[in-house]
Amino acid sequence: MTLPGIVQLALYLAVLLALVKPLGWFMARVYTGKPCGLDRVLGPFERLFYRVSGVDSKAEMSWKEYAKAVLVFSALGLFSVYGLQRGQALLPLNPQALGAITPDSSFNTSVSFVTNTNWQGYGGEVTMSYLSQMLALGTQNFVSAATGMAVLVALIRGLSRRSAFTIGNFWVDLTRSTLYILLPLSCILALALVSQGVVQSLKPSQTVSLVQPILFEQSRGDQGEATHTVRVTEQVLPLGPAASQIAIKQLGTNGGGFFNVNSAHPFENPTPFSNFLEVLAILLIPAALCWTFGEMIGDRRQGWAVLAAMTAIFTVLLLACTWAESAANPAITAFGVDSTFGAAGNMEGKEVRFGIANSALWATATTAASNGSVNAMHDSFTPLSGLVPMWLMQLGEVVFGGVGCGLYGMLMFVIVAVFIAGLMVGRTPEYLGKKIEPFEMKMAALAVLMPCALVLLGTAVAVVVPQGQTTSNPGAHGFSQILYAFSSASNNNGSAFAGLSANTPFYNTALGVCMFLSRFWLIVPVLAIAGSLASKKGVPATAGTLPTHTPVFIGMLICVVIIVGALTFVPALALGPIVEQLQLQGH
Amino acid sequence: MATSLHTPAVPSRSLFDPAIVRVALVSALLKLNPRDQIRNPVLFVVFVVSLLATLLFAHALLGRGEARAGFIGWIALWLWFTVLFANFAEAMAEGRGKAQAASLRRARRDVKARKLHEPRRDGRSELVEGSALRKGDIVLVEAGEVIPGDGEIIEGVASVNESAITGESAPVIREAGGDRSAVTGGTTVLSDWIILRIAANPGQTFLDRMIALVEGAKRQKTPNEIALDILLAKLTIIFLLACATLLPYSIYAAAQAKAADPNSVAAPVTVTVLLALLVCLIPTTIGGLLSAIRIAGMDRLVQANVIATSGRAVEAAGDVDVLLLDKTGTITLGNRQASQFHPVDGASAEELADAAQLASLADETPEGRSIVVLAKKYSLRERNMHDLGASFTPFSAQTRMSGVSVNGREIRKGAADAIDAYVTRMGARPSEQARVIVNEVSKRGSTPLVVADGKGRTLGIIELKDIVKGGIAERFAEMRRMGIKTVMITGDNPVTAAAIAAEAGVDDFLAQATPENKLDLIRKYQQGGRLVAMTGDGTNDAPALAQADVAVAMNTGTQAAKEAGNMVDLDSNPTKLIEVVQIGKQLLMTRGSLTTFSIANDVAKYFAIIPVAFAATYPQLDALNIMRLNPATGILSAVIFNALIIVALIPLALRGVKYRPVEASVLLRNNLLVYGVGGLIVPFIGIKLIDLALNVL
Repeated sequence: MTLPGIVQLALYLAVLLALVKPLGWFMARVYTGKPCGLDRVLGPFERLFYRVSGVDSKAEMSWKEYAKAVLVFSALGLFSVYGLQRGQALLPLNPQALGAITPDSSFNTSVSFVTNTNWQGYGGEVTMSYLSQMLALGTQNFVSAATGMAVLVALIRGLSRRSAFTIGNFWVDLTRSTLYILLPLSCILALALVSQGVVQSLKPSQTVSLVQPILFEQSRGDQGEATHTVRVTEQVLPLGPAASQIAIKQLGTNGGGFFNVNSAHPFENPTPFSNFLEVLAILLIPAALCWTFGEMIGDRRQGWAVLAAMTAIFTVLLLACTWAESAANPAITAFGVDSTFGAAGNMEGKEVRFGIANSALWATATTAASNGSVNAMHDSFTPLSGLVPMWLMQLGEVVFGGVGCGLYGMLMFVIVAVFIAGLMVGRTPEYLGKKIEPFEMKMAALAVLMPCALVLLGTAVAVVVPQGQTTSNPGAHGFSQILYAFSSASNNNGSAFAGLSANTPFYNTALGVCMFLSRFWLIVPVLAIAGSLASKKGVPATAGTLPTHTPVFIGMLICVVIIVGALTFVPALALGPIVEQLQLQGH
Repeated sequence: MATSLHTPAVPSRSLFDPAIVRVALVSALLKLNPRDQIRNPVLFVVFVVSLLATLLFAHALLGRGEARAGFIGWIALWLWFTVLFANFAEAMAEGRGKAQAASLRRARRDVKARKLHEPRRDGRSELVEGSALRKGDIVLVEAGEVIPGDGEIIEGVASVNESAITGESAPVIREAGGDRSAVTGGTTVLSDWIILRIAANPGQTFLDRMIALVEGAKRQKTPNEIALDILLAKLTIIFLLACATLLPYSIYAAAQAKAADPNSVAAPVTVTVLLALLVCLIPTTIGGLLSAIRIAGMDRLVQANVIATSGRAVEAAGDVDVLLLDKTGTITLGNRQASQFHPVDGASAEELADAAQLASLADETPEGRSIVVLAKKYSLRERNMHDLGASFTPFSAQTRMSGVSVNGREIRKGAADAIDAYVTRMGARPSEQARVIVNEVSKRGSTPLVVADGKGRTLGIIELKDIVKGGIAERFAEMRRMGIKTVMITGDNPVTAAAIAAEAGVDDFLAQATPENKLDLIRKYQQGGRLVAMTGDGTNDAPALAQADVAVAMNTGTQAAKEAGNMVDLDSNPTKLIEVVQIGKQLLMTRGSLTTFSIANDVAKYFAIIPVAFAATYPQLDALNIMRLNPATGILSAVIFNALIIVALIPLALRGVKYRPVEASVLLRNNLLVYGVGGLIVPFIGIKLIDLALNVL
């Protein structure tokens, strides 16, 4: 680890935490319907939208109605994204004349984008027409994120309301999240990215002459050792409406890149400054939502406590990842390869313009949040630093996590922590004055259980069936690739370890099912808890009440998150990255 | 933990009473019945796993095993021990409960009852079995006879020995009407006779309920237990998946190793090892001790001489935020004492003392008697009502006065506003001077009784002094630290109440309490989300008792009060409520702490099992063997530790985690340090020691 590297990491955290309060405050005003400034400009559009779609913005929903609205809306999204992909050859805005996408890939991609996972089994620039990118994927980038935020806001209402039967109106929460939060932030970010050189155009790919031709030897294929010299004079520059897509892909913790190599591509992430903005955008909303949460329940300390727990886990893992990447790969040093290359750390699969610290930062942030975009190839990380992103996903995407879903996932862990801690102080456990009873426990258990089960079972199936054997490496690393894919899909992250060829009917289907189940299986219990908590009377806090904002409780919460995550996956990790690291060291 | 074995919580019964241990050992084996096991999901998994391991052992004995038969055999044996130890823990707790129940049962000797056809002592009667009595039957009990069932005295007064229930040998007076009319079956009438109406059908008496409770016959789980069960089931499912999927992962890893190097000795992990890993990871410690904790909690309550109608009430006691306490008997010594006479409007002290004594002659309350005694200081001899030809007007809740009429002269004493009303009715004006003195007396926390005569003349004030119990202020400070608000309930006027409240250190008070405003107060707190506890004994307490979340009725109280409450205190000690709250808290804390301990243990078990389990495929994993366990015995050591820790924690489960009245945040920190951090460290040491021992043997 170098000093400039550490300074960059510290600067990142400082800027992120400084933005938490203003953005969190703004979002709280948006969700409580108070004037937020933007409503003077956008308010008429909001009301027009309700009038056109026939939504009664004053009508409140019970948790069941809310859940039904979420599911119906997501189902509509699912069908429209699938249809647009299958019919893309017949539709406009397809200058490359790309053909229809296969059924299994279309299924996988539509589930992937509707569930805010944005796992990409396809290569963007050679698969998706501009229309598919903008109308199918772009729309879902906004609304899948807004859905997560809406569910979170419903849960917050459940926690803050007393003896109520409703938890808000999904259509209003969805509209306000998109119109007041995601759209304006995306506009700002997209313009900033364009200023850095990110492309934004509807023109087809451009063929340009190279300044200097490139010559290389290529084997003649069937004629053994014989080669011929190839002379390249032209290059294809992919274009498209990238900046706008990238802005929301980062802000909405979506992560589906415009180009295949995602934010490692120079047109998607050209400069260190664009890199800083993009990686900041990953955690911006998830972090700020903690403040919104504290503000809306009327106790800001609670929001800070959750944020502190997230930040603590994040910082430790970030340092671990950076440290492990800063060490040279002993297998490479053993060849006596350039020692200065070794001293710079493990540069394999990294963009030179980002270096070790920014690649490790991105890898940690993108998997802490359920973003999944990359600016370096995680598959090439050392086993130990590859373990960090994998494990962050396995924790259930609750360290910041996806917009909305990260915090509601974390609140499920809070419920488990409160339950154990509450018993330890000799009272029926309660959180924010709401008693945690068997119903809440059952729902929280369901929510925490599902992603774990999907990761474990999915990986087990993949290592057994022959269709699962599409890893690029044998041994422990191959196992890591499979485990990583299922950890990513089952926690709605979307990050890939590359290496694994996942655009096959088996993986498209298996991972699609994982993404679908983990997203919607979680949303229903979360909303059920919201409904149940809203209907309860509040218990006023006394000296006998377990305080949930103290360092002791924050520590306890961290332990619960880590122990549940670690204990479940330690055996699997031992057979993957852990043994790989030990093998590497023994090399 | 080992040292605590020698300091039993109950002096009367040692924690490991040999008689109880013997019975428990047998019943641990009997509990292997699958129908018993399935009630506890965690232990049922261990039970099934043990069966599987035994089958694998048999398989290995036939020479086709996946590992050495000796290894599988030892693992299977200790897996069975895990089940047995958990059964033993439960049986121990049940045994202690049963011992208590047996001694209670002795009180329930079957007795003959004299059933009356009409409620008259000389009425027609027949002899029936006590157990045949139904609710509503009328029976006569004479001196020396055992009361055949719970009931209410409808005629007569008697001294009753209740030692069979309360352990207190001094006889108590029970009489018809009023708040001391309830009697309990199994107690003995010492003198006189009583006619009582039976209040409970056979099998529903207090004694029956108490026996059922300590025997654990009522196995209804409380909401907290259900929620904890869900958490434990969830952890069990996760670990079941983690261990089951390890088999395909390991087969894959071994195949990969073989593909890379055909000479590799890589072999997938054995099922035996996976079974051992599973049992070590699932929360067997808390799962095995859960029922022991519950039974022991009930047992502690019974030892405090309190009967609860359900386990739910006990846990609710731990959640109580507001404690309503009657002033008299709880906060102050039962009786107020007359301490001074304050004559007004020109009356002399002797005149007042004379009137006060006359008005109190027939007043048999301790206060009345203390007035007579005080009057003697004014050289007034005690006089006899009958000699004077006086007629007595007893106190009533409506007039709130009592008094006497002697030689055509009326004398009344009572609360200031009642006397004011009386004086006005007599056509005079209430005394201004009396009002001033009443205020002064009230401010001192004493109770003013105003004395007036039939001419509307106010003679003066008797000052009744309340004596606050010693040490009560400290207890209330303790409650405040626990987050419990104390509210004093009193019939006194607000000024007196405020003074006593300040002296006793309660947080709030309800003055001039009536059954209605008591009920309103409870409802008000409950609407604010608070849980209210109270004690009561009178029939007019019944509505409030029924409304309160935790309601402790005094055993001396009326049947109505006992039925309205959800606990009965056999000692009839109003401060018992504080103990009940602590028992409730202790019950929850023990569960939470052992859950934490159980989960924290898993970390060490991974370090013991994982390196050995995959040694054949990945010898590099030996780097994780930080305890440097012998690969041949490491897994067995973890399994043995996992079984033994259940036995080691039985004393803690039975006695409960120590509760200290401090803030929740401090409690959490302390318990996390002991059971969380302790739970991380202890197994590292324990497993290593067991491993060393195994290798020495």
